Amino acid sequence: MAPATSTGETFSERFARQTQHGDSIFRGVTLVFALAVIGLVATIGFVVINGSALAREQFGLGFLFDSIWNPTATDTSPAVFGAWPAIRGTLLSSAIALLLAAPIAVGIGIYLAELCPVSLRTPLSFLVELLAAIPSVIYGTWGVLVFVPFFVTYIATPLADTIGQAIPWLAGPVSTGRGIMAAGCVLAIMILPTIAAITRDVLSLVPNTQREVLLALGATRWEVIAKSVVPYARAGIIGGIMLGLGRALGETMAATMLIGNSQQINQSLFEPGTTAASLVANELPNVQSPIHESALITVAMVLFLITLVLNLGARLIIWNMNRGPANARR
Amino acid sequence: MRKNVLRPLSILAALGIAASLAFVSQPAGAQGTPAWTPRVQSPAVALKGSGASFPNPVYQVWIAVYKQVNPSVSISYQSVGSGQGQRDFIGYLTDFGGTDSVVSTNVVAAQAPDALHIPTVLGAVVPTYNVPGLAAGTQLRFSPDTLAGIYLGTITTWNNAAIVADNPGVTLPSTRITVVYRSDSSGTTSIWTDYLSKVNADWRSRAGTGTTVKWPVGIGAPGNAGVTSTVLRTSGAIGYVELVYALGNKLPVPFIKNAAGNFVLPTLENVSLAAAGATIPDDLRASITNASGANSYPISAFTYVLVRQNTYTDAAKAGALADFLYWGLSDGQGAALRLGYAPLPTAVRTKAMAQLNKITVKGQQVFTQAPK
Repeated sequence: MAPATSTGETFSERFARQTQHGDSIFRGVTLVFALAVIGLVATIGFVVINGSALAREQFGLGFLFDSIWNPTATDTSPAVFGAWPAIRGTLLSSAIALLLAAPIAVGIGIYLAELCPVSLRTPLSFLVELLAAIPSVIYGTWGVLVFVPFFVTYIATPLADTIGQAIPWLAGPVSTGRGIMAAGCVLAIMILPTIAAITRDVLSLVPNTQREVLLALGATRWEVIAKSVVPYARAGIIGGIMLGLGRALGETMAATMLIGNSQQINQSLFEPGTTAASLVANELPNVQSPIHESALITVAMVLFLITLVLNLGARLIIWNMNRGPANARR
Repeated sequence: MRKNVLRPLSILAALGIAASLAFVSQPAGAQGTPAWTPRVQSPAVALKGSGASFPNPVYQVWIAVYKQVNPSVSISYQSVGSGQGQRDFIGYLTDFGGTDSVVSTNVVAAQAPDALHIPTVLGAVVPTYNVPGLAAGTQLRFSPDTLAGIYLGTITTWNNAAIVADNPGVTLPSTRITVVYRSDSSGTTSIWTDYLSKVNADWRSRAGTGTTVKWPVGIGAPGNAGVTSTVLRTSGAIGYVELVYALGNKLPVPFIKNAAGNFVLPTLENVSLAAAGATIPDDLRASITNASGANSYPISAFTYVLVRQNTYTDAAKAGALADFLYWGLSDGQGAALRLGYAPLPTAVRTKAMAQLNKITVKGQQVFTQAPK
């Protein structure tokens, strides 16, 4: 500690005494921080809307559903841009990721919060959180080197050779294995820890009276979890799932490494596709023409809107639930 | 305590600096030519450039060695890709730009009427493949229409008649062909599609030439490394990478049938021969894919530095830039060769040096050097 000055008052102490407005200054500073977030979103919105104007004027709403993405004009075909392959790939790979990850991740969360012995809880929780902190390029590398070879040999090829004969969505032939399904599986692993960690947190916030009431009535452990704890926390669990979905939708690096980056629409999920985020990352650095750049920014805007709509949807679900029977039971 | 920790560190740092100095001074010394006398003895100037990633390794070595011969000039080059390099240059954000493809004619006319294209080294793109069951060391042979057919998706298996006809005496498997391309927009793709467009009308009308095209078949992987790893891991795959990358990683490369009808290997000599065999206009904006000449490697291209003819305002800077490029075109070519880049043939170097003499500031020529 520095000794007090001869006057017994440092400059900052004098300043504080003279102004006596610490609270209002602090409020003002934090207000600026909060407004900065709004300003950032507004700036991003402006850049995206402004940059996409050219493509929106030229292609209109058809941009969303047109499936031809051709950045290079040739003698016979002009440069045209349709975002459907990217939108389709984004939605499909994220849906696969969510379907695979959500049940498992909620299971992990329930185990960690309700069933796990205390001695295991801390190390397991730590590992789950560590998994959430791994950069996506490492997941991508692991996916390319480890997961995809395994996926081709033991999952994709057997599936394509058996039920794939009847279901075109799983049809072969499986060549590199990189495609929407492989990307969805690795995305599932990436969003697993996010959902699991949030599920555990919200479950551990459920008051013990909720459990004790059912236990006192003679309920089994399963009944306590299924009828009381999870319904009580379901708004939070859905919030966690939406956060995971957000990560899957916007994931760029791992998706680029695993999805195969093809603008063709192939019905089979084992065939390559593309996502909105990886399309923008791949093509924006070296655009061919102003309309190409504008089309890529429009794809970014569409991704922005998809995320916005899904988040609003999740808010609505949570809002409805909080007024519903689960709330009444509290 | 602290001193004990720092001493070994400082020794290491000193060793590191010494080692790096030894490395950068080696190319100039190994030339066997007398030390370079800079034509322009200027006050200290700093030059900024950005652009193509393909020549980045050779530019970085040039910059480091040139700093030794002319310490008053500091140069930086950012490897950001050809497209961004062109935009930075046109927007006057940089003093020079690097690009693998020439600035298109209408962009030159509208936005950069005084841009000069100075070729620096030659690049080439080479197919690489992973065909199961080939005898070790077998180098496949491809004619242009076969390559186009594979990338168009009309040739789908390795034992297709077209591939068999190109490769007499080689037993080819019935494995399905997996086409691999660059997912990121790149100058490499531009050279590859320029070649395919020149040799195959079907490719020209269906896909065309560009940094990204509408690929009829195949899967995309990011970067040379991504394409290579995908090809190596997929039985029956074919992809294309930069020649420097293929040679550096000892990838299997094929013979390609050139315009003269000969099957040639992608070697640095054959790439230089392509530049010598092509007709080069005086402004040097030329595509040299499918060049004539008995041994020309057909998928070759110049990489360029863009400089301004008469809109530099600082004569010292413009002179230093011209001197640096002149040095790169003469003494620097040896370093380029050692790094795996094909040097420019003499005729092209002479034309490129003549371009440097056109640079003027306020009507005054900043650099005079008779082409040697």
